Amino acid sequence: MGIDRREFLKGTGKFILLTSAAALAWDSLIAGRPEAAPNYNLQDHWWGFTIDIEKCIGCGSCVRACKTENDVLLEPYYFRTWVERYHVPKGDIEHPEVDSPNGGYDGFPPRYKPGDGSKNFFVPKLCNHCAHSPCTQVCPVGATFDSPDGVILVDKTYCIGCRYCVQACPYGCRFIDPRTMTVDKCSLCYHRITKGLTTACCETCPTGARMLGDLKNPKDPIHEFLRTHKVQVLKPQMATGAKAYYNGLDGSVR
Amino acid sequence: MRKFLKDREHLVRMAGLFLAGLVVFLILRVILVPQGFYEYGHFRTGALADNAARPIAYAGREACESCHPDIVDQRKGSHHSAIACETCHGALAKHADDPSKLKPTLPDAGKLCLVCHREEMAKPKFLKQVNPREHMGSESCVACHKPHHPEMA
Amino acid sequence: MESLIHGVEGFMYPNEIELQWSILIVLYPYITGLVAGAFILASLERVFKVEEVRPTYRLALLTALAFLLVAPLPLQLHLGHPERAFEMFLTPHTTSAMAMFGFVYLWYLMVVLVVEIWLDYRKEIVLMARRSTGVMRQMYRAMALWSDNISERSLQIDDKVGRFITIVGIPSAFLLHGYVGFIFGSVKANPWWSTTLMPVVFLFSAMVSGIALVMLVYMVASWRRGTPIDMRCLDTIARYLLYTFIIDFALEMLDLVHRIYEADESFKSLDFMVHTQLYVPHIVIQIVLGTILPIALLGLVQLVRLREGIRKGLYATAGLLTLIGIFAMRWNVVIGGQLFSKSFLGYTTYKLDFATREGLLPAIIFLILPFLILWVLVKLLPPWEREEPAA
Repeated sequence: MGIDRREFLKGTGKFILLTSAAALAWDSLIAGRPEAAPNYNLQDHWWGFTIDIEKCIGCGSCVRACKTENDVLLEPYYFRTWVERYHVPKGDIEHPEVDSPNGGYDGFPPRYKPGDGSKNFFVPKLCNHCAHSPCTQVCPVGATFDSPDGVILVDKTYCIGCRYCVQACPYGCRFIDPRTMTVDKCSLCYHRITKGLTTACCETCPTGARMLGDLKNPKDPIHEFLRTHKVQVLKPQMATGAKAYYNGLDGSVR
Repeated sequence: MRKFLKDREHLVRMAGLFLAGLVVFLILRVILVPQGFYEYGHFRTGALADNAARPIAYAGREACESCHPDIVDQRKGSHHSAIACETCHGALAKHADDPSKLKPTLPDAGKLCLVCHREEMAKPKFLKQVNPREHMGSESCVACHKPHHPEMA
Repeated sequence: MESLIHGVEGFMYPNEIELQWSILIVLYPYITGLVAGAFILASLERVFKVEEVRPTYRLALLTALAFLLVAPLPLQLHLGHPERAFEMFLTPHTTSAMAMFGFVYLWYLMVVLVVEIWLDYRKEIVLMARRSTGVMRQMYRAMALWSDNISERSLQIDDKVGRFITIVGIPSAFLLHGYVGFIFGSVKANPWWSTTLMPVVFLFSAMVSGIALVMLVYMVASWRRGTPIDMRCLDTIARYLLYTFIIDFALEMLDLVHRIYEADESFKSLDFMVHTQLYVPHIVIQIVLGTILPIALLGLVQLVRLREGIRKGLYATAGLLTLIGIFAMRWNVVIGGQLFSKSFLGYTTYKLDFATREGLLPAIIFLILPFLILWVLVKLLPPWEREEPAA
């Protein structure tokens, strides 16, 4: 061939080295900055959420807004957030009747007649952005993770779609988006909160039942809320460190 | 050494194969692990930026109020002043960016008002609720109520 | 999707309605269980000096290899992004049991199975390399790593190293299948799965299925080849199958009794599920037909002296029932764990299609494929040579 073995090996070696170096350089170019947005410091925030069940009117504005803001498929059954209606028969908190027609997207058609001694209320649900999240614990590759500012996020370019995290979430917050075949869930509107806006669901909640809170900000109203209301998290026995605090959470709520 | 290798040569070759495999794996690892992994934790740091880079659909009430102070005045003193504009008017970040580009359409009063105000057992008592047939029959809500200030008298 | 909602009874969280893990995820623990079980049977002879099962030693190893090669395939097919599966090697998340899959699998495949088989067969490989020509010769020479040394001393060294690898292989087999049990057992969100017993139950049911598989393969192969079955070997295998089964059954009953006794918040919901949707797969197939009946048949042989022909029939029946029963066990764990709502207020149904990515057809193919591979392996590396009686 005209090229002797030594030359060939040298050439191949150089080629491999240069290609690897180029690949590394390219990667750091497109990786993106660690800070999610200009003027946003990860260390200054620790996000939480409050839900006041006594104020929820079951209008479903939050569900509609979330689907619009985050481009969630409209056909059932994929929900980053949803609302459940509880009908607790007289004195029987162990056997509530619960429904969530299309997640509450179109509100709730009337169902129960007054005067049966029952207790009825709505419970909005979303990802609890747990501080000791069981879902990020089980991800085999690190595609879902706890951000330093307390939001559980998904890396859609890295997720392999194994669905282990969906199994591990005690609250049913996660689902697989069939368009990307990766997992999807409430991201606490990360793209909004890092720019000083509030989440889409909180923005459109007409009664202020849903409120975003920054636990690291001493002036945030969440501190006063937690101090003056008797709050609970969902499934406290799981010790997930859930950061979605409910006021007025009845014992019948699952 | 030679005495040790005698009759063990095939084992050494097998071990060599494994070692070669390990080296190839380590090299591949350096090349293929995404940039920025492990910086803040077991994830690709760029994912934070990816999540923050989504387009925004809802402008937020401050954006609306900055251009429509007349509506702000109309709503003063009404319960509806607590509600964000986009709750009823839909996601309007595109309109806030360039008002000529997207003109918001009026929501369908018949459906929208009732989603909140149709009476339902689970709705808290502070909310004014009506039975549509008893309350207005086939009339539209806006025949009597101004959406920006629905309180009567 | 609309059709799925009709299959919902009561209330389920909206995102729970569609099952996440399908029949392919039922297959994976089943197949790795067969691998672990077959290997344990092989190690009975190599490490624990149970001479009687020697005729099945090589066959057990080849069976384990054939099934291990197929094991990752259902997983790959199930992934949303199979092309990204290598990420488990690059950035394994050490808090996730699933992350160890790649390494445990590779370790077991390469170090335990391939090296052990290689060491045991090396003499024959070199002899076949010497005897054959053309492509086959090149292939055998490559398999021998181009070594021609089969001196007495080299074979002795092989034997020592092989024994060491088998010893290492036993905890490796436990790890290969035990971690799968841990994947389920450590999910606190799912009370059907979350129990400390899960890895142990998985392991013992794996051993049961693996031993039954090798026993059946040995019987079928002998029948096809027209060679007599070594009854001393078969009786011993059946005995070990019985012992393992008794332990497995005890563990499963312990789990059941414990659940019924403690009756925690999930109990009513799970109990209802077992009595309705899961009645046939769990009570009828897994427990009665798949555990109690085989134990009874195998136990009968220990208690009553029976003719060889009858014993063979009982073993074959017990073996087949075992394989079906252990598959049902995996089904009941994986699918059963997703049929009830984590709100304990409702149930959904599992829709198994036929010719889709996660349907029945690929599952059947994945179950047939290992036998085809085994057939090729048996042709390449005949496991019978040593057992042929001297003419």
